[in-house]
Amino acid sequence: MTALGRVVRAGVRRRRTQSVAIGLSALVATTCSVLGGSLLVASQAPFDQAFDGQHGAHLTVTFDGTRANADQLAATAHAAGVTAAAGPFRTVTVDPEPGVGSTAPAGLTMSPMTVAGRASAAAGIDNVTMMEGSWPTKPGEVVISAGYGNPGVPIGGTLRLPGLPGAPSLTVVGLARSVSRTADAWVTPDAIPAITAPGSTSGYEMLYRFADSATADAMAADRAAVASAAPAGAPTGAQSWLNAKQGSDRNTALFLPFMVAFGLLGMAMSVLVAGNVVAGAVGSATRRIGVLKAIGCTPAQVVRAYVAQAMVPAALGTLLGVVAGNLLTVPVLATAGNLYGTDASGVAPWVDVAVAGGTLAAVALVAWAAAARAGRLRTVDALAVGRTAGTTRRDAVARRATALAARLPLPRPLSLGLAQPFARPARAAGMLAAVLFGTAAAVFAVGMGGTMSWVQEAKNRDHADVVVHPQRPDAVPGSGAAAMPVAADRSVVIAALTAQPGTAGYFGNGAEDVTVPGVAGGTTVTAFDGDATAAGYKMVSGRWYQGPGEAVAPATFLTEASVKLGDPVTFVSHGRSVTVRLVGEVFDPHVQTNELITDAATFPSGTAPRPDFWFVTLKPGTDRAAYATALGAALAPAQMTAEAGGPHSSSDSIAALDSITVTLTVLLVVVAGLGVFNTVVLEIRERTRDMGVTKALGMTPAQTVGVVLASVLLVGAVGGAIGLPAGLLLHRLTVPAMGHSAGLNFPAAALDVFGTPALVLLGLGGVLIALLGALLPAVRAARARTVEALRAE
Amino acid sequence: MSSDPVIELSGVSRHYEGARAALDGVALRVSEGESVALLGPSGSGKSTLLNLVAGLDRPSTGTVTVAGVRVDRLTESGSARYRRATIGMVFQFFNLLDDLTVADNVVLAGELAGVPRAEARRRAAELLESLGIDRHARAHPGRLSGGERQRVAVARALMNKPALLLADEPTGALDSASGEDVKELFRELHQDGQTILLVTHDLTLAEDCATRTVRMRDGRIESDSAVSAVSADSAEVVA
Repeated sequence: MTALGRVVRAGVRRRRTQSVAIGLSALVATTCSVLGGSLLVASQAPFDQAFDGQHGAHLTVTFDGTRANADQLAATAHAAGVTAAAGPFRTVTVDPEPGVGSTAPAGLTMSPMTVAGRASAAAGIDNVTMMEGSWPTKPGEVVISAGYGNPGVPIGGTLRLPGLPGAPSLTVVGLARSVSRTADAWVTPDAIPAITAPGSTSGYEMLYRFADSATADAMAADRAAVASAAPAGAPTGAQSWLNAKQGSDRNTALFLPFMVAFGLLGMAMSVLVAGNVVAGAVGSATRRIGVLKAIGCTPAQVVRAYVAQAMVPAALGTLLGVVAGNLLTVPVLATAGNLYGTDASGVAPWVDVAVAGGTLAAVALVAWAAAARAGRLRTVDALAVGRTAGTTRRDAVARRATALAARLPLPRPLSLGLAQPFARPARAAGMLAAVLFGTAAAVFAVGMGGTMSWVQEAKNRDHADVVVHPQRPDAVPGSGAAAMPVAADRSVVIAALTAQPGTAGYFGNGAEDVTVPGVAGGTTVTAFDGDATAAGYKMVSGRWYQGPGEAVAPATFLTEASVKLGDPVTFVSHGRSVTVRLVGEVFDPHVQTNELITDAATFPSGTAPRPDFWFVTLKPGTDRAAYATALGAALAPAQMTAEAGGPHSSSDSIAALDSITVTLTVLLVVVAGLGVFNTVVLEIRERTRDMGVTKALGMTPAQTVGVVLASVLLVGAVGGAIGLPAGLLLHRLTVPAMGHSAGLNFPAAALDVFGTPALVLLGLGGVLIALLGALLPAVRAARARTVEALRAE
Repeated sequence: MSSDPVIELSGVSRHYEGARAALDGVALRVSEGESVALLGPSGSGKSTLLNLVAGLDRPSTGTVTVAGVRVDRLTESGSARYRRATIGMVFQFFNLLDDLTVADNVVLAGELAGVPRAEARRRAAELLESLGIDRHARAHPGRLSGGERQRVAVARALMNKPALLLADEPTGALDSASGEDVKELFRELHQDGQTILLVTHDLTLAEDCATRTVRMRDGRIESDSAVSAVSADSAEVVA
């Protein structure tokens, strides 16, 4: 081993504190950057990534099984423009109920489920991603699509099919995601007959990819080509990938700014913390560098030695960080995938390579800069570091700060500690930045949590004590679509509601598709019958309508119709024009582009849409279940039913966002704390002798802890004081950006989610991060043996 | 001079893992007002003994009693309080805090002992004046000569009027002029009745400032005699 190699080895071993601090920083930086980088990557057109990954279907066409056979459908793979095809797969629509093992409420009705028979997840096209469990291997097993509204049937649980002879059950063996959304569930091909109603024939679906699929026009031409290649009348439906992409992109748009903000925050913090620690560790070795120069090392050799000395622990930390980053990122990306409706669950290998390379390059660069600075010092000056009175301006400032702190009416250990950041201002600035970022991240996360709760409230606006809706008419299960339920006349429902003891209030809700001149596509008018203020729409601006002739609408409609509050809007219903004046903008996160909300009395007499749903508020103390049963019985002759409304659970998206927010916040706060930890460890290492002196003078362990904690107090307070408004600003910028991406406006109420106590607590967050980060080194310093501390150079 | 023991060591040994005993069955008694010099070659156990008396280290076996306090039984916090109340320490390399002024270095010892700040400042000013370094009160230690720095260290050690002054090679890092200066200071302290335990290689310091010398070798007390006996053994001690 060369002399320089021995110097490096000895440096790594003997300067263990610095080596551990560098290694730890590299580990945390890499972990955080793998996560942050992966989030950024996953947020780049996630639908397109997932669609390409699954070799998604540009077009999914369903066929009538009585009008075409498998061979005829297989031949459609040769239709004009088709570049690849998969199928035909047998399909059937069933009406399942939660069975054994379900956590869904008893009696809950599940949506009709389109089941496809497929031998495996990979079909050449639409290679479905298994999220949990496995693909069915025999009849009686089913894998459910993540896109299907599973009310809580876990893997191992069952779905009952009560409409089929013998009410067979399907055991759920897996959860899968199809980006193309080709089915709600899959079974083995030979399982289809068993879940097809006697006397009916199951359908087929074919999956296609085309040479030209970028536009709606191209897809229309492709669909026409397939239809012409199939037997006449066989196609029953077609689903373009553009629809799935549009839905996913809108969903993604809402979360993208949030993910990007967190990803960038994490990466910025990583670089900062690692850079600060490496610079501090190398900078603290100035005297040793002087010794090396004194015995004949050239400045270049010194730089090489110290870069290598930093790289050894950094490489180890980076390696462990990549492993830790991957372990942490996989579940976080899976959650992000849930948000995006994609299967972004793996870390791209190039992210690992780029992050590892970037971390090591950053460490090398910072170490090089610090060592080069020390290497340029005159040998005699380098040797004198720490042994002579400092003469720099920084030293003078530090002394003034120490003198000033000594005059404060505080216990001496505290005033001693308070002045310490001024001795190493650059290092303190690095620590300050870490605390600032940590506080900002925590504030941002709390803000996002509050805003998302607000959004959840807005989504839950149809909550009521009891909901009345039409009974589902009898249909032949296993044969496909059921007939549409028909609502009873309003007078019948109102009579039943007013006659029922315990009714405090109610309103009905009906919808009708209308056209609005100048607005492309259809517009849905939601007409409320009764006092709908209890519907709980959140207002963005303006006010709720106060009577017939007034309407409110979400931002999406205002944009689409190019109207503003106060403007009249005319819609055409049943050939008659109805004009309303827009008086308010409502917040509506449901995916509905063109929507108008008004009083049913706005419509000419007798033309208002019949309410499909009635929402009932009960008098206090009324038994909801008993009320619903009694009302249901009263309405049964009118083919209406009543259900006790339960509290809404958080939507999957909000729950996923909450989960990701908590994970990322904890990580960033831990990174900030580790930034403080590493810096304080280095600081204590440098002040070992001074601490030994004060202990020899009679400073107790508790007072020593006090000195160390006080040394980060100011940094924590300032970091918190800046981090709080920075976090608030980030929240105020991100939320509107999220809304803008999704075509929504958030009102001030969605941003004002911080109460005063929360703000005070968050303001103290910086101090808390700093104190927690410094606590362990402080206790260690207090426990250090005074005799050994006094011997330290 | 009173014969009350300020220091009483009985059967004190200190073993470090994998090394021979730094102290081996040492017994020592120092009375109030005595000035005792610990002499001996490097590794003889002088500094270890001093550290045990200062409560900076604990004996493996035996008892250490200082001013009636069983130092070997003290907790870390107890040791700290004991040092504030009973001990003043002077080190070879001064161990002053470079970022504090001379006055603040001295005041700090008083403040840690709970002396009100104004009182501590008054006492520090008195000490600095009596030691002839009051003109440097607002300077930082790095600006002072070695002798001046050691005077500051002595002032700090005396801040809480300790029952016992411990000094570890107080002239070891000084040039001869500064060394003479510090010797004179210790002589005066002794004459004022200060109990002193002094570790030194400097025989003239021992002769000038100590009333008694304890010579150590390989962790044991080799001899314990009045100061007049030192000169005869000088050659051996120095060797």
